[in-house]
This record gives sequence, structure tokens and C-alpha cells, in this order.
Amino acid sequence: MRHRLDIDTFREIGDSLFRNKRRTLLTGFGIFWGLFMLLFLVGGGNGLKQMLSMNFEGFATNTIVIISSNTSKPWKGMKEGRYWQLDRKDVERLRTLMPELDVVAPQVSNWGQTATYKGNSSSVSIKGISGDYHKVEAPLLKYGRTISEADVEQERKVCVIGKRVYNDLFPEGDDPCGRYIQVGSVFLRIIGVDYSSGNISINGSASESVMMPFSVAAQLYKRGNNVDIICMTGKKGVKMSTLEGRIRSILSREHLFDPTDDQAVMVLNTEQIFSIVDNLFRGVNFLIWLVGIGTLLAGAVGVSNIMMVTVRERTVEIGIRRAIGAVPRDILSQIIWESVALTLAAGSTGIVFSVLILNVVEALTKHQAAFQISFWTAILAALLLSVLGVLAGLAPALRAMKIKPVDAMRDE
Amino acid sequence: MLIELKGVHKTYDNGQPLHVLKGIDLSIEKGEFVSIMGASGSGKSTLLNILGILDNYDEGEYHLAGKLIKNLTEREGATYRNQMIGFVFQSFNLIGFKTAVENVELPLFYQGVNRHRRREAAMAYLEKMGLTDWASHYPNEMSGGQKQRVAIARALITHPEIILADEPTGALDSKTSVEVMELLTRLNREDGVTIIVVTHESGVANCADKIVHIKDGLIEKIEDNRQHHSSVFGTKTIMK
Repeated sequence: MRHRLDIDTFREIGDSLFRNKRRTLLTGFGIFWGLFMLLFLVGGGNGLKQMLSMNFEGFATNTIVIISSNTSKPWKGMKEGRYWQLDRKDVERLRTLMPELDVVAPQVSNWGQTATYKGNSSSVSIKGISGDYHKVEAPLLKYGRTISEADVEQERKVCVIGKRVYNDLFPEGDDPCGRYIQVGSVFLRIIGVDYSSGNISINGSASESVMMPFSVAAQLYKRGNNVDIICMTGKKGVKMSTLEGRIRSILSREHLFDPTDDQAVMVLNTEQIFSIVDNLFRGVNFLIWLVGIGTLLAGAVGVSNIMMVTVRERTVEIGIRRAIGAVPRDILSQIIWESVALTLAAGSTGIVFSVLILNVVEALTKHQAAFQISFWTAILAALLLSVLGVLAGLAPALRAMKIKPVDAMRDE
Repeated sequence: MLIELKGVHKTYDNGQPLHVLKGIDLSIEKGEFVSIMGASGSGKSTLLNILGILDNYDEGEYHLAGKLIKNLTEREGATYRNQMIGFVFQSFNLIGFKTAVENVELPLFYQGVNRHRRREAAMAYLEKMGLTDWASHYPNEMSGGQKQRVAIARALITHPEIILADEPTGALDSKTSVEVMELLTRLNREDGVTIIVVTHESGVANCADKIVHIKDGLIEKIEDNRQHHSSVFGTKTIMK
């Protein structure tokens, strides 16, 4: 009957690790630093990604925005460089001809306007939006509601103001719903405040906008049937990039431009932007893991190296152990345990340290994004460490196993 | 017969073959006190290594307590060493970062005896060696004689069939040497422990009841020394 785990097994490990404190410390530092780097980079990368993603906050990821532009190719006897204009009929056409689309939301806009309320003023951009625009760019309502279909149909003179506009006009900061602000020559009743801080600027960012019903804006700024931009989102599962061609051809038929003329319609596909960001971060993540794992491996090789030296130094000791009855497996497990104990202790310190530092980073960025690694990442790291520890201890342990008991008989 | 060697040969092959043991026949009974004497290079250390299952041999047979010791695996070798043989080395070979009592209990640790009983047994043997007060001291805090007594306690703790001592007094002054040899003699007389001492000092060899002289890999003669008149320096001293 052979044991194995009693307190002395662990005391043996502790004894041999503490016998050369400085060496143990320096060796452990490699592992500590490797793990710290890995987790810190992983956490930092995630946080940065989140911070970047906040710029797209509230924006549907499958949105196409189209804007009319000058043609760049001659077509049917007409010269290139001709300007054409999107109009309300296009909205209807796209709605009926393209059942894959969920929302087709026209917008007219007017930049560089000034909104005033009781002597406070704010420079704003006006957006005339349809009742379903909130499905494209989700508002983060602090007060009130969004523009509805009924607002558009009945041409109500109401508006939703953005965060910055609200802060400018209502510095005392109470619920402004029901109050009237003046924009240009008209008074608009506030029905909501949008606190969304997204930075995607389609006709200006939400925070500096005054949004009013599409019909009101068209009338106010005398646009007739004209539309500045059309925002579209696809139904679930529809890949927007595959629809681009059909959208172009529908428009080209009506407005008489070359369907192959890419410049005639400016198409902004958020899907592409998101995929660029995604790809960017996939690359960054790859680098993070490469550097992190690399540093960690270098640490493990260091441990393995030092254990090799230790085993050589302890030849006599190991020989004595063998002479008084240790079987090779006892020696093997002792060396591997030492290696695992060293890696785990150093690595856990690395985990704790990186968690602390990430916490500080989070506090410094005012908790805008979650930099902290998840609990499971930490568990995974600990598992990875144990495996590394075993691997690092393997070569030295095999060498230790080769030590013969006769070696104890030699003089020290 | 506790130990029975028949025609044991051993050749080391480091570049050119070195025939160290050239057919050793030796029988040792339980409870005997035997010393093996010989000049350096005579093969006495090799013989001790074979007796202690620290090394294997090429030809012949070695029976220890009825078991044939030949072509053992590392594990079997370790187990037999642990259970049947206690070693006492010239340079004590205590583990430096362990206290006296921890050193003594180490063989039991490898037997899987639990912590409490291990400590109890180790303390009992230290007491027998008169070292109770030194139990928690480290080897470098002890004198040579004390270290060797700790080593003897470690050798005894597993109740081995034989104690193999390789130049047990080699690193001790003459006074301590006498004490250590007296201790071994007492263990043999009072507790009936079989003891084999390898030495090149005639004074040490003279403590034994039987002296095996080895020369050039062969047993030259086996001397009956129950009268202890073998030492050229007199019977009561160990000449250094």
C-alpha cells in the first residue's frame, strides 16, 4: 500500500522551492509576466473593441443608406455628371419591389440650423424622419417617445431632441416634454429626448439633431417630393450586400442612369463597416494571443530550464531517496509537482495582478467599457497553466528518473 | 541463509571492459556481524552495491532472504531496498534541508505509512540513538557522530533484514568511530540485526565476528574473528 497525497508531499515541494528563493522568484516571474501580459491584452482588446463599438450604438447592423449623387457615365443620350434626386416614389417602389426589406425610411435634412428655448440656443441639424426610423437607429429615450406614423401622417409639429441639444437648451435638466422650442421660423413641441451617444453620423449624429416628422420637414424646407437619403434594413437573415445591385437597378430604371454606374448612388452599408471592425479586431485578437501565449511559453521554457539545473544539483539527494526506497514514479511526480506548484503560484499571481490592473483601467476610462476578463477566461488560464506546468516539469522529471541510487554513494 | 552469493561476476564496460568481481561465493547467516575488507579497487564497493541492490551483476546468483535478486525492475529494486536493507553511508547522506526526525522517517514516507505513525517510529529510533533533543535540528547543526547516528536510525526504521554500512567511520575521528562501532555492535548483540560493514580499516573490521578479505575481485580468505584479535593495532582501539 503506497500513499500518495499527505501533507509531507506538499511540504517536500514547498521545501525544495523555498530553498533557493531568489531563483524560484526569478523563474516564477517569467510565468507571472507571461500570464499577466496575456490576460491584460485580452481584457484590453475586448475593452477597446467595446469602446469602438459604442460608436455604432443603436445602429442596426444590417442597414443600407443610399444617397443620390452625380452620374459618372453617359446614358441614353444624356451626358455624365448629371444630378438626379431621390423622391418619395422611390420609397414606395423599393417597398413593393423588394420584399426582403423590413424598413424603408426616407429622410430629409437641413444642417446648420439653430434651435432656441428661452434665450438658450444650440446649433442643430434637422432630420425629418419617418415613423419607422427608430427601427434603423434605435433611440435611447430619456424622456417621452419617438416620432410615430401618426405624427408623420397628421403633420404634427413635434420633435425629438438629441442629448447635446437637450443639455444646451435645458441646462437645469428636467423633463422638457410638452415645451416648445423654436427652430428657424417654427415652434415645435418636444415629445422626447434621445440620449443615444452613437457616433455614426448619417446626416449628423443623434446627439445634435432635432428630429421631426418627415412630412413636416419636407413642407418646412419646401422639398416637395424630394428625399435626401433612404435608410433600409433587411428582414432577419437577409444579407444586405446581396441587395445592393437590385437597389441600383431599380433606381437606374426610374432615374435614367447607367445601372453599372457605381457613383450615381452612394451606398453606405453598415454591414461592411461592422465587418471591417470585426476583421480588425479578429486580427488584433490573433496578435494578442500570439504575443501572450509566446510570452507564457518563454516563461515555461525558463521553468523547465531551471528545473533541469535543479535536478542536476540534486543528484545526490535524489540518489539517497532512491536508495532508501523511492520508486522512479515518486521522483517523477515530485519534480512534476514542483514544476506545477511553481507555475500555478506564479501564474495565479499573474491572474490576480492582471485583474487588478484591468480594474484600474476600467476606473480610469470611467467604466465606459468592460475591460475585465471573464471568470471563465481566468479558469481557462489556470487550466492552461497546470498543463504548462506539467509539460515544463516533464523533461527535468525524466532526467531525474534516470538518476541511479548508486549516485548517492559518490562523495558530495 | 540470509544472504547467498554463488559465482557472482561483474564487469564494468566503460570503453574497455573492467572485470571487477570474478566469481564471488559468500554466505551470511541471519544475525551475523560481518566486515568486508579490501584495498581500494579490490571490488568491495561493487560487492556492497550488489548486496544493496544498488547495482546488478552479470553472472551467478544472489539470494536475499530466499528471494532471487536478479534482473529486477526499478520498482521491485526500490521496494526490496526499502523493506530489506538499511544503508549507512560514509558521508552520512542525510538530506540537508530536512531535520533529523524528517530524515529518519523518510523511508516510511516512501512505504506509505501515515504521518503520525511515521513520526512516532522516527522519534523512538532517535531516542534509541540518544538523539531525542536533536530531533528538530538540521544535519549541518550536528557533529559527524550525531549525523551518523541519525543515518543509522534511518537505516533501522524499516526493520530491514540487513544493515549495509559503507565505510561508516570514514568521515569520523577515532573517538566517534569507536562510539559508532560500539553502537553497531550493540545493535547486533542485543537486537540481532545482521550487519555488513565494508571498510579498509582493520580496526573497524576487527569489531565484526567474521572478516571477509577481498583481493582483485576474489575472496582471498574468510577469517573467523569471534575473538576479535584481528587488529594489528590491538583489540580495543580503532586506529586512524
